[in-house]
Amino acid sequence: MKVKVIEIKKSVFAENEKDADALRNELKNKGVYLLNLMSSPGSGKTTTLIQTLNRIKDKVRVAVMEADIDSDVDAVKIKEATGVSSIQLHTGGMCHLDAEMTRQGLDNVALADVDLVVLENVGNLVCPAEFDTGAVRNAMILSVPEGDDKPLKYPLMFTVCDLVLINKMDVAPYFDFDLERCKNNIHQRNPKAKIIPISAKTGEGVDAFADWLLNEVHTWKNS
Amino acid sequence: MHELGVVFYIIKDVKAVAEENHVEHVSTVVMDIGEVSTVVPHLLTDCWRWAADKEDLLKGCEMKINTIPAVTWCDGCKKEYETVKFGKTCPHCNSDNTWLIRGNEVEINSIIV
Repeated sequence: MKVKVIEIKKSVFAENEKDADALRNELKNKGVYLLNLMSSPGSGKTTTLIQTLNRIKDKVRVAVMEADIDSDVDAVKIKEATGVSSIQLHTGGMCHLDAEMTRQGLDNVALADVDLVVLENVGNLVCPAEFDTGAVRNAMILSVPEGDDKPLKYPLMFTVCDLVLINKMDVAPYFDFDLERCKNNIHQRNPKAKIIPISAKTGEGVDAFADWLLNEVHTWKNS
Repeated sequence: MHELGVVFYIIKDVKAVAEENHVEHVSTVVMDIGEVSTVVPHLLTDCWRWAADKEDLLKGCEMKINTIPAVTWCDGCKKEYETVKFGKTCPHCNSDNTWLIRGNEVEINSIIV
């Protein structure tokens, strides 16, 4: 049998990145802003989202996509607490969403009636960072109990994020969490990352996040 | 952690190349995996075995992995050093102003048919 070597030399993620760029273009043409929100499980993604949605829902037309391996607890919670329309995506065991799965999810959102879609990615600091979802921006939530060293342990996640929310600031006095050290660790990985300390529980900093988001949507739609 | 997802991407890409080249069976897929990529080689080959055997094109197809050593560049003293050994801080000048230049690849190098 003749053996033949076919050279490929191609990144495994290249195909996904092409899909993601196409999706971003499409969203631009439709005037829809997609935010990819990532974090580890239990960092307060859903609670932060509820607080934020209640501040922006009268100013911008918004929908939420919840991605989880299974269950629809988050989608139900969002809908009940904010009235914002929310759909649940199941990744079927996968630890992340890619651009194709995001597109399939968006097919269930009435894009003509929204300005902003927030995608709550699977709770995980490793895999979602590797897959471009087609979102305009990546944001992540790091919570105080996780520790200020996380940017060093999960470098890729902090490298791909445009915005880092540091959540649960209200309990910081009980943990050995040094905000300045954390900011330094993040900026070491990603000098351009914007950082907003918040507490989804007390509401501290949530206005700043809401303003950032509204400004982002406005710029995306009008440029 | 996402090795199975990566395997599905590899299968998609290999299938496309095989079709282009009118190949009926692939015997080996050669991967270039960076030392500090988020892919764990032995998990990748485990997932590969499970998924590849479900495809006629890839039944029994072996996965070979070339490990690409990770190298970091220091902006402070303009030298390179081993990432895995020294991490983010330059061993020559202690600078943190350092950037990974190699070692996070997850690439399909070639296929043998």
